Amino acid sequence: MTWDMDYALDVLPPILEAFLRYTLLVTVLASVLAAVLGLVFAVVRRVRVPVLTPLTTAFVEFVRSTPIPIQLFFLFYVLPEAGLTLPGLFVGVVTLGVHYACYYSEVYRAGIDGVPKGQWEACTSLSMSPRYQWQHVVLPQAVRNVLPALGNYVISMFKETPFLFLIAVPEMVQEAVAIGGRDFRYLEPVTIAGLIFLAASYPSSVAIRRLEKRLVHA
Amino acid sequence: MSTPDTAAPGAAGHHRDGEPLITFDKVVKQFGDHVVLRDLDFTVAPGERVTLIGPSGSGKTTILRLLMTLEAPSGGNIWVDGEPLWHMHKGDQLVPANEKHLRAVRTKIGMVFQQFNLFPNMSVLRNITEAPVCVLGKSGEEAEHQARELLERVGLEAKADAHPSQLSGGQQQRVAIARALAMEPKILLLDEVTSALDPELVAGVLNVLRNVAETTDITMLIVTHEMQFARDVSQRVMMFDGGQVIEQGPPEKIFGHCDHERTKRFLRAVIEER
Amino acid sequence: MSGLEIGAWADELLAGVWVTVYITVLSACAAVVVAFALGLTVRMQHIVPRTIARVVIEVFRGTSLLVQLFWLFYALPLLGYSMRPVTVGVVAFGLNFGAYGAEVVRGAINAVPKAQWEGTIALNLSPYQRMRRVILPQAYPLMIPPFGNLLIQMLKSTPLVFLITLTDLTAVADQYRASEGNEGFIFGVLLVVYFVLAYVFTVAMRLLEARAKARLGQRESAREVLAYRGPMEQEAAGG
Repeated sequence: MTWDMDYALDVLPPILEAFLRYTLLVTVLASVLAAVLGLVFAVVRRVRVPVLTPLTTAFVEFVRSTPIPIQLFFLFYVLPEAGLTLPGLFVGVVTLGVHYACYYSEVYRAGIDGVPKGQWEACTSLSMSPRYQWQHVVLPQAVRNVLPALGNYVISMFKETPFLFLIAVPEMVQEAVAIGGRDFRYLEPVTIAGLIFLAASYPSSVAIRRLEKRLVHA
Repeated sequence: MSTPDTAAPGAAGHHRDGEPLITFDKVVKQFGDHVVLRDLDFTVAPGERVTLIGPSGSGKTTILRLLMTLEAPSGGNIWVDGEPLWHMHKGDQLVPANEKHLRAVRTKIGMVFQQFNLFPNMSVLRNITEAPVCVLGKSGEEAEHQARELLERVGLEAKADAHPSQLSGGQQQRVAIARALAMEPKILLLDEVTSALDPELVAGVLNVLRNVAETTDITMLIVTHEMQFARDVSQRVMMFDGGQVIEQGPPEKIFGHCDHERTKRFLRAVIEER
Repeated sequence: MSGLEIGAWADELLAGVWVTVYITVLSACAAVVVAFALGLTVRMQHIVPRTIARVVIEVFRGTSLLVQLFWLFYALPLLGYSMRPVTVGVVAFGLNFGAYGAEVVRGAINAVPKAQWEGTIALNLSPYQRMRRVILPQAYPLMIPPFGNLLIQMLKSTPLVFLITLTDLTAVADQYRASEGNEGFIFGVLLVVYFVLAYVFTVAMRLLEARAKARLGQRESAREVLAYRGPMEQEAAGG
């Protein structure tokens, strides 16, 4: 069996559409959720609130150590039992978002730890409130430190979106496999899906590496 | 003593009697725009002990690194034991040397570093026997026998099975000296070997080197700030600044009544520091 | 709630755990081989092998593991090569994680202090001797933590093999779900089992690291080894 270019061009539009409507959308939404939630986790773990901190720590460690597909299945099947029947897309965004929030929280923590101790001391000497310290001095520096790592995680997440097909979200890979099954030709659709991944993630990796170099020299 | 020209330095691998062991011929070294050595000319006779002094950045360490093939010259030629170092003969021409040539000439040169650079994944004994076995092809027993002898000479025979991290800086440096001597080099390069040591450990290392100077005829090029040691061991002192030789002569002359103002100022500053 | 019927399923579940574990371990071995092959080749002076290695690394890092798995399982047979599902899994995992591992190998070698390289030049060791006797032994302990993270990620990716007809833990859970219902329960159990496996693997890697460091004269206490530190995904660690 050899490559059929006409067929490849035929199947390109539906695969691309699945990419944009589902894969890309989920990545963006889940990344935003992960960025915000991860920050919350990181601050809670750093500030050591009595009950909340150990719970958050346990939760983060647990989620980080377990597979995404299982978490997807778990939420997908458990939530309806609890009365919430939500579309697959929503469950997907929430699962990926929460899972990556746990990775992000570690990255933020590294960033926060990377802010020199002198900065905290300067804030205290200027009588800044804790909230002000965090908001205007520490977090801006911390986030800037770890921007490249965060960027890499977005690319990572993007590459894990195919798992969503397990909960009936018609993302790109499933679409490619479905088309392949319909026409009995898997080579072109699956290869195209792979190429789209590469086209989206490689330039992003390069851009992030360049960003990293720039930040280091800044 | 004439500088050999590019055509025929004599039987490969051996200098003619009376010819220098090391020759720097209009050597230039620059890092990007920064020129460290300009048109440097000097020679070293076999068995001679030369101390290089001068302010930091004057190029002294660079000279050692060029000889040890850690850096390549930007221009000029370096000759070691009658053979070009960074070039090799191809017919009548001199072309840049390949790795094989470098390795062949490098066997004659050994170096002791400021930071010792012992291998942390090996015991003291193995640090010393590794290269003789791998590179010189000695048998395990032969290398070990030699290593233990060397350790005795540097006063560390009890530490043969110890790990470098368990030794003090002075002890590590003495092991490094033994390691370099195990390769039986003709030329030993010493790059500020006591500068990284606590003051009370310096004497131990210097005594070992004095012993080496007295009991062997290895040619030594020494970069150091230890003026007394330089006086004791070397036949010639060269003062460097800006990549050039400002002045050279026997220690008594340089340390006693040197000619150049620059040398005077440098020595005064170094002696005042102590 | 109907009976959980877990007793009848215990054997299947155990068999599933076994499949998960041995896929992980086999893939890890394959990944290490690939990582060293690519990581050392990409450092070579000659431009041809270097570029080939770089391309392989970027392709396998830049595409999703699922796509690679499916490609090997569905598309490759159509070009004439068909492999047993276990082989497909191990090859795909090995190449994908090996590509990430190559960056780890490269990074660890670069992290060995330059002074050590100079020491080997001063002693006139050949490039091969230098790598094997001085540089790699020092790079090795630096590689273990990131490799440990990759191992955990491999474990977390094993559910994918259920999609290429291997009966791992997730496959068994799916069978249970199909016949008994009770999805919440079985997937909850699965999460706990994976968590325990992850912890066991992490401790094993930590012991390996402690042993490697000891050979370099750095020792760690038993508490440090057993403390739970979660995995960090490779790319954030600077891979």
